[in-house]
Amino acid sequence: MRYIFVIFSLVLLTFSAGLAQVDTLGVDSILLNIAPPSPISNLTVYDKANDHGHALILEWTPSPDDGAGMNTVMLYEIFRSESPDSPFVNVGSVPLGNSRYDNIGILEKESRDYIPDNTDLYYRVDAVTINPEVRASSEVFGPVRSYSNWFHRGRVPVLLAVLIFGGLMMYFVTVARKGAELYVRPLAGISAVDDAIGRATEMGRPILYIFGLGTADMISTIASFTILSRVAKQVAEYQTQLIVPCYDPIVMTVAQEVVKSSYLDAGHPDAYNDDMVFYITTNQFAYVAAVNGIMLRELPATNIYMGKFYAESLILAETGAVAGSIQIAGTDEVGQLPFFIIACDYTLIGEELYAASAYLGREPIMLGSLKAQDYAKAAVIILSILGIIAANFGLTAFTNIFKVLD
Amino acid sequence: MKRSTLILMGLVVIVFALSWIFKAISFHGVEEHYVLQGFLVTLAAFLTLSIMSFLYRDNPFYKFAEHLFVGISAAFWMSMGFWSTIVGNLIPRLSEGLSNFFKVHYIPGDYNIFFYIPVILGILLLMRLSRNYGWISRWSLAFIVGTTAGLNFIRYLRSDFINQVSATYVPLLVDWQGIGHFFSNLSLSASGQFIMMLANWVIFLGVMCGIIYFFFSKEHTGMFGRASRVGIWILMITFGASFGYTVMGRISLLVGRITFLFRDWMGLNI
Repeated sequence: MRYIFVIFSLVLLTFSAGLAQVDTLGVDSILLNIAPPSPISNLTVYDKANDHGHALILEWTPSPDDGAGMNTVMLYEIFRSESPDSPFVNVGSVPLGNSRYDNIGILEKESRDYIPDNTDLYYRVDAVTINPEVRASSEVFGPVRSYSNWFHRGRVPVLLAVLIFGGLMMYFVTVARKGAELYVRPLAGISAVDDAIGRATEMGRPILYIFGLGTADMISTIASFTILSRVAKQVAEYQTQLIVPCYDPIVMTVAQEVVKSSYLDAGHPDAYNDDMVFYITTNQFAYVAAVNGIMLRELPATNIYMGKFYAESLILAETGAVAGSIQIAGTDEVGQLPFFIIACDYTLIGEELYAASAYLGREPIMLGSLKAQDYAKAAVIILSILGIIAANFGLTAFTNIFKVLD
Repeated sequence: MKRSTLILMGLVVIVFALSWIFKAISFHGVEEHYVLQGFLVTLAAFLTLSIMSFLYRDNPFYKFAEHLFVGISAAFWMSMGFWSTIVGNLIPRLSEGLSNFFKVHYIPGDYNIFFYIPVILGILLLMRLSRNYGWISRWSLAFIVGTTAGLNFIRYLRSDFINQVSATYVPLLVDWQGIGHFFSNLSLSASGQFIMMLANWVIFLGVMCGIIYFFFSKEHTGMFGRASRVGIWILMITFGASFGYTVMGRISLLVGRITFLFRDWMGLNI
């Protein structure tokens, strides 16, 4: 039995070795005998538009043997040189079926992928078969230069919007400065701020003002500073206690300045104390844990949430509701608005937060900008109606005006 | 502190000490540092339950977990800010001597005089500590707020304004071939003509009424007021959908903690 097994194994081994030999010979012969494909044609290279330079785009007509003819092209290799006579360097490749390559360089001069600006460059594209040695090179294209652009023409709509909006804002700010009365409709949440401060004063309890997790560069946080300024001024007049726990150290620094100047404006600089505005931590849930603790221990009469909020919104608002505080919230974070709406007494939705800062501040610059925003919204309505008519009639020329390119 | 509170705290400490012993025994032969592993799992369970005890009311266990969490995270972020931003990113681009002092790799090619600007702004910010020159820190704050507000203005104008305007350019009559064709091919599939037209009409009316709601310099009365009312309804429906979606995500987080308590800590295979 043992001999039969050994003989059977030897036969199998010989048979498989023979098969492998035949297979290797077959593949080798295919690779050696493969015919060179036809090269690509109509190679053009041009500078990439609207960029900071260091980038060129290649386009060509594919080889006739790409997916048709002999069907032997596997990929295209792209070569670049600074002279038609010096050696070309492989800078990239694309699979068969492609007729474009974006040669985007990097900014490190020592790198092989660096593309110098304002320098003559030459390109060649090789159609490569399964055997890398069997290939067909195109004619050399060049010289071509890469250069940077001062203007990004794809962003002209943004420029126009800035100019129109800026013009409107300057006009209305000037009008407001001349003393014209600009109407701003009353917002329930804003009217409630005065009542809430009065309530806190009557109850002898503090007011808790929360910026959320926003940093000082966020628009909602900047709007919140204006609201805090008004709240702090009123708090100073009523001699009520104010607590402002901060998540971000820069926000804390700005908030301290805001509260300090509000106390000064109210004529009570002595009542200001740096400890009113304090830093907790820059960790979302540690911050929430600390603020929740403050809510239950200090029992503030009013909680004001204005700024940028994320997952902590419901935890804070729910704890505030449990503590029995009047709660006024405002954020432009759409995902968190539902939580504030259900758990707070008043909520400023999105842009109402910015309007609130203008409404409370009553400064000509802010009122003017609010008026300008309303005109911008009217422009959006008109443009949307025109765009929808254009889309219905297939007038893509109009709709494409508003496509901003990267 | 009340005697009953002290007894309760003592009991809790005993329970978790026992838990540590049992966990260490269960890890024996499985984990290399079984005593330490037992302690870490027990500590995680203790802190989880301490934070959850807030649902009952404020208590010493919650206070302990809160202060521990705040203290550790504040120290961590301060340490990260110094070692990652100043030592890790700034010093290797400015000074070889300081790089050697902090044992970080100096990058001569990356030297850039502009890196002195944040250094100067940072020093100005620290002037707040001085009683007489604290006002100088406002320059840094003005730079931070002004620059980033300007940059964000362009970004928001593009993403929240122009791109949204162009997103409303939808045909209200999708592939319109007449009323007869429309009713003869009435389909309720998502790609059907009826549903696509309905979706586009909702986008159109929703955007128009939503914008009207956010008009602040005109009173919401008459036709304008009615459109504004539709706008707030659309917003509330959107918020309702968003609320349900987010709550589901939060439930999965709760499930994660409960799974930890039952499976990893108590060893129950649920």
